[in-house]
Amino acid sequence: MTSTANPLLNVENLSKVYEGRQSLANRLAGVQPFSVRAVNDVSFHVERGEVLGLIGESGCGKSTLGRAVLRLHEPTAGRVRFDGEDVTALSAGALKDMRRRMQIVFQDPYASLNPRSTVADIVGLPLRLHGLARTGAEVREKVARILERVGLNAAHLDRYPHQFSGGQRQRIGIARALISHPEFIVCDEPVSALDVSIQAQIIQLLLELKDEMGLTYLFISHDISVIGYLSDRVAVMYLGEIVEMGPTDDVLARPRHPYTQSLMSAVPDVDAPGKHQRVRLAGELPSPLDPPKGCKFHTRCPLAIDACKREAPVSEQVAPGHQVACHRLAEDLSVWETGAEAGTR
Amino acid sequence: MSHNENLLEVDGLRTVFDTSEGMVRAVDGVDVTVRRGECLGVVGESGSGKSVTFSSVMGLVRSPGRIESGSIRFEGRDLTRLSPREMRAIRGRDISMTMQDALTALNPALTVGEQLSEMLDAHDEDLPARGGARRRAIRDKSVEMLRLVGIPSPDSRLDQYPHEFSGGMRQRIMIAIALAPGPKLLIADEPTTALDVTIQAQVLELISEIRARLGMSVVLITHDLGVVAEHCDRVMVMYAGQVVEEGATVDVISNPQHPYTRGLLGSIPRLSLRGKPIRPIQGQVPNLVGLPPQCRFYSRCPDRTEACLQFVEMRNVGSDRRARCIALTQEEVA
Repeated sequence: MTSTANPLLNVENLSKVYEGRQSLANRLAGVQPFSVRAVNDVSFHVERGEVLGLIGESGCGKSTLGRAVLRLHEPTAGRVRFDGEDVTALSAGALKDMRRRMQIVFQDPYASLNPRSTVADIVGLPLRLHGLARTGAEVREKVARILERVGLNAAHLDRYPHQFSGGQRQRIGIARALISHPEFIVCDEPVSALDVSIQAQIIQLLLELKDEMGLTYLFISHDISVIGYLSDRVAVMYLGEIVEMGPTDDVLARPRHPYTQSLMSAVPDVDAPGKHQRVRLAGELPSPLDPPKGCKFHTRCPLAIDACKREAPVSEQVAPGHQVACHRLAEDLSVWETGAEAGTR
Repeated sequence: MSHNENLLEVDGLRTVFDTSEGMVRAVDGVDVTVRRGECLGVVGESGSGKSVTFSSVMGLVRSPGRIESGSIRFEGRDLTRLSPREMRAIRGRDISMTMQDALTALNPALTVGEQLSEMLDAHDEDLPARGGARRRAIRDKSVEMLRLVGIPSPDSRLDQYPHEFSGGMRQRIMIAIALAPGPKLLIADEPTTALDVTIQAQVLELISEIRARLGMSVVLITHDLGVVAEHCDRVMVMYAGQVVEEGATVDVISNPQHPYTRGLLGSIPRLSLRGKPIRPIQGQVPNLVGLPPQCRFYSRCPDRTEACLQFVEMRNVGSDRRARCIALTQEEVA
């Protein structure tokens, strides 16, 4: 899918930097405080009705990006446009109104529901905040209706979160996100905490709701199978940057960035065990406090050359809508062909 | 099958927990066989009893839990009849277990070296008897273990504390501690669940490599059928405290016999299934308190009939294949 004139969400050069606190002594001495560039100059768009899958390992900045898009974490730089409107420039009041249209489902169904509120209060809150129901009875009725839709029922209205299983709690979280009839939902690892069979139920539910309500998702996950199954397009993140992005079939079937290739080869495949040649990625994600210079992946990349250590690669288009940031792109290499093991173990 | 070939034989194990709501039959009549040198995968969702089964093997079930009946034979000796002292000698030296969450399993107040030494000091019989020679030998062996599990500059890292390591490194340290006395059986409980996929691949390959090199047996407890497909010779699928299917990994995955195994395989999202509906198993795991003696998968099974409302035994469904489903007998009889 290529960019249309009017995507629902358009993110331009978004960055989020967390500044460390600085002691008075250091400030007087002129020592720079530490800072973490969790999201670094990221641009992408999401079309109306589309699922954009955002994949990466822990610490790559994918959740921060999801929250910065909604201004749950204030972006440090860049612009987010939602349906043409600049979200980053909205006043607090206008932002609140905008949030009716942009919602989030969180990863941890245990931590994201207030243990002292009933389901009716938790799911009904958006109705009250946005003035979408006039009376208490109307709130309960609307909550009951959305509970039915996510596979719960009116009998659950006055129960507390601890009375539900993980899968049911995630359904409550989904009901809360949907009750204000939003257009766009950030799904932040919504199935990672669930058992396989429950995970499948929730994925199925999210896909059905998307079709019924005409939703658009930014779906964040570390699980390539989940992302591959439900995304139209995929963006792969590494240390705060998108290294590869494009239609799911292109990116996952013919990954071009050595990081995407390694990620794909690391996933155990139940259908064809041992089919993949393994690329053993050496080492671990470098500390975001002190990211490598140049291409951030060069410390673990089997294909790294000197240029990668000096200069950050620029994203290039390799096919319609498929872009990759890698210095060695033109050589059309893959980490499998080199047979090399990256770095030292 | 000769006893010699089987390292571990669990027979009719029942482990129960007494709770205020009633007795929970967490493990209800489980048989396990682990052969010498093999990797057995144990698959199941939360509450299937997979961890409790192997905590029972390790003698780690504590009140309000207890082993109600069954035998656990390791090299022919019944572990349930051993004194705590005899069990302590076996635990660690012959059978080791690594826990899912390395951060809580390691002692935060002791250095990695101290924790490794403790294990070696208790179980390694090849060490010099006492004094400086023993201490030096323990130190050398500890460094060697950290090197074996792929921790860079092991000599200096020995004196660091668990919090100074990343998640993947902590899991490696726990594996190093578990392997230090050279056990015959390693039980790895969800060793990679908390880890990123590239780190997961590293840790699993490490376990496979060491297994091949040391010729030990491995029990890999996981909820990920992909991990089983890549790393295990045989697999045992558990549901609500019982084994529902077991056999060679290839057979079970390519030709699942139990509806739960089929459901589990059908629940895995895949790139190749994009645009097609996945077939999740409906409903959720039953409450284990006061379960009637019927098929435990009854409430969620797409193929259930009235015949399922009785106790269902495991039955042989091929060479080295067993499954617990009433429909399978009917097929065999016909």
